[in-house]
Amino acid sequence: MATMIELPLETYAGPVDPDWCPGCGDFGVLKAVKMAASKAGVAPKDLVVVSGIGCSSNLPGYVHAYGVHSLHGRAVAVASGIRLANTSLRVVITGGDGDGYGIGIGHFIHAMRRNLDLTYVVMDNQIYGLTTGQASPTTMKEMRTKSTPAGNVEFPINPVALALVSGATYIARAFSGEPNHMADVIAAGILHKGFSLIDAFSPCVTYNKLNTYPWFKKRIYKLEEDAAYDCTNVRAALDRSFEWGDRIPIGQFYVSEQPTYEDSEPAFKRGPLAHQPLDLDQKVFQSLVEEMM
Amino acid sequence: MSDLVIGIGGAAGDGLDKSGDTFAKTASRLGLHVYAYNSYQSIIRGGHIWLKVRLGDQKVTSHGDKLHALIALNQDSIERHAPEVESGGVVLFNSDKLRCNIALRDGVVTAPLPITALAKSSGPVLPVMQNTVALGAMLYLLRLEFDVTAEVLNETFGHKGKAVVDQNVNLLRAGFDYAKTHWKAFPVEWNFSRKRRPFVTGNEAIALGAVAAGCRFYSAYPMTPASSILHWMANHSTQCGVVVKQCEDELAVVNMAIGAGFAGVRSMCGTSGGGFALMTEAIGMAGMIEAPVVIVEVQRGGPSTGIPTKTEQADLNQVYGASQGDFPRVIIAPRDTADCYATAVEAHNLAERYQLPVIIVTDLLLSEHPETIEPEEMPGRVPIDRGEMVQSWNGNNGKYKRYAFTPSGVSPRAIPGTANTMHVAATDDHDEEGILISDVFTNSAMRRKVNEKRMKKMALALRDLPAPRLEGPADADVTLITWGSSWGVVHEAVQVLGRSGIRANHLHFKYMLPFHSREAKEILSRTKRTICIEMNSTGQFARHLCAETGHAVHDKILKYDGEPFEPAFVAEQVRAILENRLRSLDVTPDEAREIAYHYIRTHLTEDFRPGQVARADGNGAGEPVWRIEIVHRDSGAKHGLLQVGVETGSTYSWQAGS
Repeated sequence: MATMIELPLETYAGPVDPDWCPGCGDFGVLKAVKMAASKAGVAPKDLVVVSGIGCSSNLPGYVHAYGVHSLHGRAVAVASGIRLANTSLRVVITGGDGDGYGIGIGHFIHAMRRNLDLTYVVMDNQIYGLTTGQASPTTMKEMRTKSTPAGNVEFPINPVALALVSGATYIARAFSGEPNHMADVIAAGILHKGFSLIDAFSPCVTYNKLNTYPWFKKRIYKLEEDAAYDCTNVRAALDRSFEWGDRIPIGQFYVSEQPTYEDSEPAFKRGPLAHQPLDLDQKVFQSLVEEMM
Repeated sequence: MSDLVIGIGGAAGDGLDKSGDTFAKTASRLGLHVYAYNSYQSIIRGGHIWLKVRLGDQKVTSHGDKLHALIALNQDSIERHAPEVESGGVVLFNSDKLRCNIALRDGVVTAPLPITALAKSSGPVLPVMQNTVALGAMLYLLRLEFDVTAEVLNETFGHKGKAVVDQNVNLLRAGFDYAKTHWKAFPVEWNFSRKRRPFVTGNEAIALGAVAAGCRFYSAYPMTPASSILHWMANHSTQCGVVVKQCEDELAVVNMAIGAGFAGVRSMCGTSGGGFALMTEAIGMAGMIEAPVVIVEVQRGGPSTGIPTKTEQADLNQVYGASQGDFPRVIIAPRDTADCYATAVEAHNLAERYQLPVIIVTDLLLSEHPETIEPEEMPGRVPIDRGEMVQSWNGNNGKYKRYAFTPSGVSPRAIPGTANTMHVAATDDHDEEGILISDVFTNSAMRRKVNEKRMKKMALALRDLPAPRLEGPADADVTLITWGSSWGVVHEAVQVLGRSGIRANHLHFKYMLPFHSREAKEILSRTKRTICIEMNSTGQFARHLCAETGHAVHDKILKYDGEPFEPAFVAEQVRAILENRLRSLDVTPDEAREIAYHYIRTHLTEDFRPGQVARADGNGAGEPVWRIEIVHRDSGAKHGLLQVGVETGSTYSWQAGS
């Protein structure tokens, strides 16, 4: 790993303060994202934070960097376009579980399959917060919400297991009650070559009265502290991804060095697309017309 | 002026697209103008395919409506198309498998070609290679040059080795020589200019225009009839330095393209109506965050899955209505293949100059039919205007405001990677700096001004776009109004009308939005009678024209059967309107036969075909009916009787043996 020059955290201070509820898990994630950018040495001009729609998707507005606050569920697609357009940029996607695992799940799976060099931080609060408390794709079974007054009957998505079988090459989990650990996990994701997913437990203090800070604090443990755990072993990772209940692992589930999409794209041999001249070589143009004769 | 139409008919999988291409390329290299239209179906094998190739020593702008020569590769083609062949024309067919036992027009030459015998000396021959024998015969009959086709075959099959080339050239020779000894060539005098012209489709012209204009990102999801843009881009991506991304769905397609546009790369995506429907929310995003992007909407027959391999212009309401809210965007409908090239260039310039989505609306006819165009119509060097962009910002001129409220509405754009111009492009409405005004900082005054700032760009963009002009005499008796690809056919229909003494002129619209309301109103105020001609069933453009100008057209000629307009059809409809004749929606005898073919395919076997068609009283059907005899293909013996409603088209009864 190249030596990184850590930038002061204030470098990333956004123009306005967050409008999240006091105590929201997203504050911890925001702090961790800034710390991670700093640790990874990404200057604001080279950082693009892309989000969808939801409470957590307001995050780019609170970071001094480039950003797109895009449509509900489309952050991964917009980010993919940005990354392909300019491979000299670091692209971090931030959003919620409804945005990424619900309406945007197609893009999520396909981006992992492509192994594009993107970092995706999903603020997973297991509820729809902005729309005032309906069941989300990660809401636990039987939980009562505004849209499931008799209890949720659907089985929750397992983001880590899904990422493992979809080809993501860096898969981790973090908890906003542990912002320093989260910052390390995100920074490693930013520096990882390929698609990285950080499923970040980010409790909703207003609408999720089940999966609270104390609920998580009681259960989580760090995979890094388990000396026997090998995060390069995909089957071990899959086993751990199903661990849920009394003990819930956070940290790096799986890390694998694989060729990225960018590595296989011939157009990038000339450098980032955004740096290329717009004029087409006239010899190339003539040969294209000749083919049509 | 020499002008011939050759039809090639067969089953899908007979390889006639390849034969048609070889034939068209031959004519093109001789310096003839060529226009081809392939009426195909969305299945891999089977089904009826009908390829028309029109050759002229002057430019032709449609596939025409006559048929001078037919190459029939299956029995269907003889039955359906041989009766259309003009007097003096020729019907060429494989006499080993097919027979021409139906009535033809006077003076039509039948040319039975014993293909198996002729192909024998060339060794084992694939069925599709038999087309080459027929092609050779047709070359002779139409007085085209053998050597030029041999050269085309050499290029087509060169990569398969000399043996394959030689075999094909030998087959071509066998057909050519056989025709020479047995039949008289068509009485046509060509003037071969031998000017080399590109033979291109609208989709290829859009792709080439885009890369010439600096487009370096193209995304798509496979969808007929837009896919050939994807294929062309994919085949030339390395050469042109374009990233071509096939995505999981059209949501990803358009969002990726917008992401690339935001990041400073000229980007484009393409789809048809169904895919466009999925893209609409993001098109509003491009308008809101002021990201440049070009979207190609190649219309096919709708609604829903509709008729995927047939043409229509019925997505105009959709492109106008795409996405919620008011936002600036440009919608352009190129009129022909050469215009597709120019439009692609223009679209990329407009998208960046005004920082908005530009939608190019074409249709299956325009996107897929190849025609020769002048090489000068596709210049390699094109104007590139990126609009106001911030190259560097040192902070001495204050804080950078991405959405600065300027008199023009255009705010200088900075792209990621530039120092000191960081900002967030938000889909929530926002202030000059990009800070949201949607929630905590709700502000009605700010909302009004930012909305006005965005919409100002429309008035400015309109000034860049050339206004519509009237073609033909200003004092004509009737004005034909078109948009998009209908220009070519109606351009010819005006001439057809002129020859029969009707003075018509033509008002064509290319720019759908922003719209030249004032100019259009002025032109329309001086017309005597207006007819809007478009490929849909409700007159979508006529309605829009009325909304923009207050002018309600006097009449409409609408077509929505999937097959493109033809000049004589348009001219006849115009005549009917001018003579106040009733234009009936009844099933015609030809259509009754088509409906009978459908019944045969779906309920009987391939051994039958429609015979005599006669009109009769309903006998309880509540409407008059077409009584269609169904006969044996070979013997012509009667097999049964089908009754089809003249008004509704309903298939009322089938009686075997009656």
